[in-house]
Formats: sequence, structure tokens, C-alpha cells
Amino acid sequence: MTGLIGGSALVAVGILFIILGYIIYRGAPALNLAFFTERPAPLGQTGGGVLPAILGTLTMVGIGALIAIPVGVGAGIYLAEYGRGRFAEVVRFVADLLVGLPSIAIGAFVWAILVVRVVGGYNAFAGGVALAIIMVPIITRTVEEILKLVPNSLREASLALGTPRWKTILLVVLPVARGGILTGVILSLARAGGETAPLLLTALGNQFFFFRWSDPINTLQQPMAALPLQIYDYARSPYADSHTKAWGASLVLIIVIGILSIGVRLAVRRSNLQR
Amino acid sequence: MSKRPDIPTTVPVTHDAPKLETARLREGPGAGAASRGVEYDREVQGDLRREPPVPTQRGGDPIATRPGDTGLTRTHEIEKSAYSVVAKQVSAWYGGDKPAIKDVSMTFEANRVTALIGPSGCGKSTFLRCLNRMHEETSGRARVEGEILLADQNIYGKGVDPVRVRRFIGMIFQKPNPFPMMSIYDNVVAGLKLNGMRRRADLDEIVERSLRGAALWNEVKDKLKASGASLSGGQQQRLCIARTIAVEPEVILMDEPCSALDPISTYKIEELIGELRTKYTVVIVTHNMQQASRVADYTAFMLAGDEGYGELVEYGETQQIFTNPRDKRTEDYITGRFG
Repeated sequence: MTGLIGGSALVAVGILFIILGYIIYRGAPALNLAFFTERPAPLGQTGGGVLPAILGTLTMVGIGALIAIPVGVGAGIYLAEYGRGRFAEVVRFVADLLVGLPSIAIGAFVWAILVVRVVGGYNAFAGGVALAIIMVPIITRTVEEILKLVPNSLREASLALGTPRWKTILLVVLPVARGGILTGVILSLARAGGETAPLLLTALGNQFFFFRWSDPINTLQQPMAALPLQIYDYARSPYADSHTKAWGASLVLIIVIGILSIGVRLAVRRSNLQR
Repeated sequence: MSKRPDIPTTVPVTHDAPKLETARLREGPGAGAASRGVEYDREVQGDLRREPPVPTQRGGDPIATRPGDTGLTRTHEIEKSAYSVVAKQVSAWYGGDKPAIKDVSMTFEANRVTALIGPSGCGKSTFLRCLNRMHEETSGRARVEGEILLADQNIYGKGVDPVRVRRFIGMIFQKPNPFPMMSIYDNVVAGLKLNGMRRRADLDEIVERSLRGAALWNEVKDKLKASGASLSGGQQQRLCIARTIAVEPEVILMDEPCSALDPISTYKIEELIGELRTKYTVVIVTHNMQQASRVADYTAFMLAGDEGYGELVEYGETQQIFTNPRDKRTEDYITGRFG
């Protein structure tokens, strides 16, 4: 019995390492300086890089995070600390549904609203909004679960000192739960960073540098590249060189998400030490 | 924070200081606030001594619910007159139709220690939590009926902010619960800081005074920056007491404060409780009858009857309860015949 369970654990961990190893094996040959600093070469030509895709992914995940973190954390706090009635039940149920909603459906919805009606063309902002919709329920449910783990005795200690409930949550409960909340946020960032389907219908992808940050409004109204879209384009092409680049871009995506996760953790730890 | 109308109230001070004070459960610094470091008014209005109201007796039961006021040797000088608390026919529910306690009426004398004893499930902790409106925090359906008068003002009255009630009536819990992310220093001033008081010089003074008041100063004065969680269980409980007295309450409620502690820590807390009565009114729930007889001036015995809800059986001076109980059920309990 122990052997069976141990074997399951081995398979679970093994798959991760096999995938990671294989991507490194296939993708590493594509990596060079140009791959990180140049825009993609036309299909069929060698050389070029994925810099627009890296910037695009960071931009749209950033927009998604800006929208999703306040909404998700707020909803999570509501469910854990105030959510007692029927409304809370509905919110919880809908959040669960939203987690399981196919991301292509979310993409289609955002396309119908933001792409077709509001902006009138594929655009980066719509991509960010689609990613935010994917992130919100993940953050909400993680934050709720984490806050429920905070011992009630701490809330009581604070309330018994004559502290209002909102201050108790903000200054006593949230600091204790910060690590867990962060995990939820990182989880959602990683999930959003790897999403392809909703971006296909919203940001579309872009082979060129189109980042004029002096004019962010214009930039966000244009189609934007993203790593998953770039991987998709490369993988569909018939050229062996493009396939190598697809593997390379996959590796870059994993690295970008890894750096993002570690970066967020470090930033929070530093602000923690300075207090 | 919700605004509420001021309710001026008269305060009977029955010991040592025959004067009438006015307290307002409202915000804003007042005349006496600066010296006490808290935000409420206390105006001395004249010298009038009033008898505490006589609580109603339970239906037909001849047992007095209020103890006599004489015959106790006082071992401590009263430094500050605290408020008394009067409970009038308090019933509490956790939800549903069945109450956890029903029609409990008793007076907690100012500057005295009152112990609530009784078997598990008799509702003594529930009753204690009603006294500073913590009961309603347990769930959305918990509710309380009856009146609880702090200085003649009903804390369940219309428009009374439970948050402000809890600044007057502090609470110590069964398990020591210092804030784990805070230092010893920050734990002591947590109640003040959480409510906006940040003057550094004042805080330093309050920290020392509160830790001395909780008999913890000598043990921690060299490591105030250390985490509150690094202390032993008994020290943590005294830290929680320091945190409570830092906000200068009138009444301190203790919910089995020693049940998680070793005998030596328990002894120190019991000694401390004796000193606390010089400034505060203390109510302590305990499973330990020896503890009640050691620390309490008055003792109340509660019991869950056949109907399932807890009620007050007998209330009197501790010595009388333990040596000459009037009720058969009290006698059975203290002699260990049931429970």
C-alpha cells in the first residue's frame, strides 16, 4: 500500500520533471541574445527573437493583475469575514463556476464586448481584461480559504480591545495571512501568463514592436504579442527552425513566470523586513 | 465607524469614592481622558452615593441574586474606582429557539473579583461573552435579550456601539492569544495603536505601566522587541493582560485564564488578579473551584437545568458559597457529588 502511494507521488513529481527536462532539451538550442532582444523574423527565416511577446505577456498579465488583485482579494475577504447569508453562497458558487469556465468562452465574451463593440479591433486592453476574469475567481477562493485558516482567537483578541471589525481584518488578520494570499496571487499570475485561447480572440498577437509607452492609450488599443500566442504561431509553421523557436519560447515563458513568482515573493519579503 | 447619540449616564461608585461620575460611550477626548490615555469623558458631577439597583429575582425563588456588601476583609487599597456591572434577565441564543442561558440576573460589584463556576455546558462562558458583546461575534444568528448595565447604561441599548463597549470591558481568553506578527512592545500597545494613538513618548510610558501592572515588566524589559510568541504560556497570558489594561478598561472579563497554564504560571496569574481589583472590576470564569475560592470575593454558581439552558443557581460571598451553600445543587456541586 505504501508502495502504491509512494509510486503515485513519484509519477506526479516525475511528470513535472520530464516535461521541464524535455522543454529545456528542445528549447535550449534556440536561446541566444538575439532571442531575448529582437522581434520575430518572418516565418521561414532564421534568427529573430521574442522580445515583443515577452513585453506583451508582462503588459497584459500586469493589466490583469491590476484589475484582479483588488477585486479578488476584496471578494475573498468578504466571503471569509462577512459572508454569512444567501448572497455569500451565490458569490461562492459563481466563483467556483468561474474557475471551471473554459477560457475560450471568456475570450469570446470579452471579444464580443471590448473588441467588437468598445474598441472596434483586436487590442491589448481586452487581453488584460480577459486574463483578469480568469484570475479573479482563483484569487477569491484562495484568499477565502487562507483567511479561514487564521485562528479566530486573533480576531477575538482584537475585537475585545475595542477595535472595529474592518480594522481587525486589515491590521490583524491580513498580515497573518499575507503569505497565503501571495500564493494565491502568484498562482493566478502563472495561470494567466500561460493562457492562449482568450488572447487569440482579444490581443490577437503582433509580429512587430508596438510599445509606445509615451502613448499608453494608443498602445493598449493595438493588437499585442504574447508568449503563448508566439509559441502557437511558431508551432503551426512547417519549418524545423520555427519548431525549435517554439520550444525556446516555451522555455522563456516558464522562466518569465518563474521570475515573476520569485520577484513578487522577494518584494513582499523586503517590505516585510523594512517594517 | 458608526456615529451614535451620546447617552449621559450616572455612575454609582460604591467603594471609597462617594461621588457620581458621568461616562459617555462615545468618541473624542474629554476632560479626564488625557490623564487616563483613553478617549472618553469622565466628569465628576457631585457627591452622591447611590445604592446599586437590586436585580430581579428569578420567579419565586427565594435565593438572592445579589450578594451582601459587608463582611469582606479588603486586602488591597482601591487605586481607582471602577464601574459595576448589572445583568438583568439576560438570555442568550446561538441560533434557533433554544437559549443557551436564560434570565440570568446578577450584579458584579465594582473593584471586586467575581467568579462564575459550574459544570461544562452550564453557559458561564456564554454569559461572560454577553457582558462585552462578544457573544454576537460567534455567528450571524447569535443573539442576546435582557439588559446589561455598565454604569447604569444598557450596553445593549439602542445605538450603543459594541466596539466602544469593548473598550470599557476588556477580555482575557482561555488560550493566550498575543498577536504573532508583533513584538512584545507592539502587543501591549496594539489596542491603542489599532485605534489611532501613536505618540511615541506616551506609548513608552504606557508599555512600562501596563507590563508592570501585569507583573511582567521585570521579565521582558530587556527584550521588548522580541516576538510575543517567544514567551512562555504564562508570560503570554500576562502579556494579554497587559494588552488589555493598556486601554484602561473598567471591567476585565477572564474566560478560564489559567486552564492552559502550569501551576506556577497559574499562581502568578491568580496573584495578579488580586492586584487587578484595585483598579478594575474583575469577572472570572473557572472550572477550578479552588481557584474560585482563592481569587474571588463573590462566587456565582450556574447550572444547566432539565430544559437544557443554563441559569444562575446561587450567588454570594465566596466564603459563604463554599462553606454554607443555601442551595442543595450548589452543595452537591462543590462537594463533587455531580458534574
